Amino acid sequence: MMDKKQFPREEYFAPGHRGCAGCGASIVARMALKTTGRDTIVVNSTSCLEVFTTPYPESAWRVPWIHTAFECGGAVASGIERAIKALKKRGKYKDRKLVVMPIIGDGGTADIGFQALSGALERGHDIVYIMYDNEAYMNTGVQRSSSTPLFASATTAPAGKVSKGEDNPKKDMAMIAAAHGIPYVATACISYPEDFMRKVKKASDIEGPTFIHVLQPCTIGWGYSTENTIKIGRLAVETGLFPLYEIENGEFKITYKPAKRKPLKEYIRMQKRYRHLTDEDIEILQKHIDEKCRLLGLE
Amino acid sequence: MVTIAAIIYEPGSTNKNKTGSWRTFRPILDNKKCIKCENCYIFCPEGTIYEDKNGDFKINYDYCKGCLICVNECPVNALTSTREEK
Repeated sequence: MMDKKQFPREEYFAPGHRGCAGCGASIVARMALKTTGRDTIVVNSTSCLEVFTTPYPESAWRVPWIHTAFECGGAVASGIERAIKALKKRGKYKDRKLVVMPIIGDGGTADIGFQALSGALERGHDIVYIMYDNEAYMNTGVQRSSSTPLFASATTAPAGKVSKGEDNPKKDMAMIAAAHGIPYVATACISYPEDFMRKVKKASDIEGPTFIHVLQPCTIGWGYSTENTIKIGRLAVETGLFPLYEIENGEFKITYKPAKRKPLKEYIRMQKRYRHLTDEDIEILQKHIDEKCRLLGLE
Repeated sequence: MVTIAAIIYEPGSTNKNKTGSWRTFRPILDNKKCIKCENCYIFCPEGTIYEDKNGDFKINYDYCKGCLICVNECPVNALTSTREEK
């Protein structure tokens, strides 16, 4: 029997929120808050997470939390960080390390909130930016975002006779964030909690802007039964579709290397958003992934 | 009455909302088989699985939505599911 407790027992994310059964976003929030603890200020721009955690007058958060408009997550987080800095100069919170943690979806990061994020990263604010990526606008009914992968069906990029769903590949947000030259960028997946929590811990200890891109399967948008949330996330990593890596001060490191990459078909066939794909289409996607893995050194 | 700036003064107040009524399937944890790997504990989207004073894991059925991630992720099949019946 293990004596040592593996995971922190404090719960800063209350039950009773309106997330779907098997929701991945709430797992992201739970794990992140378990790592950073009570001295965390969460910034949430409009997203699934914001909508289902705070049906007024209730809130699932046990830490200070602020809602912002869709486009200004990065800007509000910068403001909070500067306010803390000013208060610290006046002698308040001197001995406390306060973590400003925007937890924002892929729409609020890669599309609408992109300029605010880019500004915040460029100005060098001390924030831990977590992008939880469910690969579409799940909150409003599965519209495509720039994070939607190639050939995935979404309501504004539906698969049918003419189209095969989304016709552009996924925007690589982690690499875009890394191009800002910030001290720490990482990708993570909720199916690997130790890895994700270690990265959040590392990011919160680092002075300066940090960016973590978390893949989070969504039961409604991706179309699978609720119990498979973790399994699909694990498959995404094991097929090489979503490699886990970190870039610390410009140094690239793979943090999880699958012993043998699984065929992409396993991952694709579990999800309804890909059900229109033929074997040839999957072959195209597999080629894309092989190429990406070769570039990252995941062979 | 809406508060000024719609501030919510009570943290964690969604726990008034008992989401256990959403459940179709009920996960049941057999503590004799449990090896305390904490998979179910960390993967639960609600945080309904808790550790009691004796160090055993329990499920809080007030909030469990019955997604069955825990049943799927248990490495020793200590968790099973049954259909919820009135």
